[in-house]
Amino acid sequence: MQPTPDKFLFISAVLFVCGVVCMTTKRNGIGILMGVELVLNAANLNFITFSRFTPLGLDGQVFSLFVIVLAAAEAAVALAIALNFYNNHLTIDVDRGDELHG
Amino acid sequence: MTAEIILFWLFAFLTCAGAIMVAASQNVVRMAFSLVLTLGSTAVLFLLLGADFVGATQLLVYVGGTLVLLVFGVMLTATGPFTRIKSSPADAILSGLIGVVFLFIVASTVTAVNWDGENGIDQKIAMGAHAKAVEGGFNPTQQGNTTRPLGLSFLSLRADRDLKLDLPKESSAETNTAPVVPGVSVVMPGVMPPPKSPVPLSTGYLLPFEIVSVHLLVVLVGAAYLARTKRRATT
Repeated sequence: MQPTPDKFLFISAVLFVCGVVCMTTKRNGIGILMGVELVLNAANLNFITFSRFTPLGLDGQVFSLFVIVLAAAEAAVALAIALNFYNNHLTIDVDRGDELHG
Repeated sequence: MTAEIILFWLFAFLTCAGAIMVAASQNVVRMAFSLVLTLGSTAVLFLLLGADFVGATQLLVYVGGTLVLLVFGVMLTATGPFTRIKSSPADAILSGLIGVVFLFIVASTVTAVNWDGENGIDQKIAMGAHAKAVEGGFNPTQQGNTTRPLGLSFLSLRADRDLKLDLPKESSAETNTAPVVPGVSVVMPGVMPPPKSPVPLSTGYLLPFEIVSVHLLVVLVGAAYLARTKRRATT
């Protein structure tokens, strides 16, 4: 007996909404990164769900592997940028990065 | 009420609770811990969906790698005069309301689809595809099914699609013979023309795999370059 796909899709929707809310409301730069990770995980859960319940088959799992690798790369680069920002501003409050306002 | 259902509800609850705690908490260290909870529970959900290799990769790469990186970032940036970064309560309430409305929209879209109906997923086709992927794993279910088809698909061999193809018997004999017509076409010695397959084979993921490998290398070199300690020009 397997749970139906809409339950997994609902969990994925919860992850996605939490990630978007986290991205938009956090002022901490690393908090924004965590929101991005949540959104990518929601996409992964959708991929795996459809690879299980539809003829998509193994392709969904391959794509979720690519998403995991790209998320790791994105986290490394974004963290390096956050460290540079901290070196220049002594904080990672993204509201203080307003030197480029035009 | 089988064990699978119980595990599903337990880890579904943990996933959602961790995600909500990540969105609601103001402390970065608590957010990182909640993210560990969420990602680990999502890995268990992957295992429940039959994706054993992706679940293991999620645990290794995400929880073991990316989150440790994030925690290091928290530790390196948590000192200094501007440590307390809070948003105002009005902002939090407003964003929570917008989040609930957004969740309602997405969830109503998901539940509006009749997954078992005529327009939904055909259960026979779906289970057939999964069974085919399982057959391509060459392993009993307890040892994990998807690792070998995933590895082969990264080498552009689709064991889950092409292994059980019904090839016509009479055409398989003449596929490997080179069409040598003297005087008309010059056949290079040692170069075989590609054998014609009676059925088009499925494509794999060799090129995206190579691209993502080079991308990861470039990204890691770039991150190490960006994050190095700079010597001031004045000193």
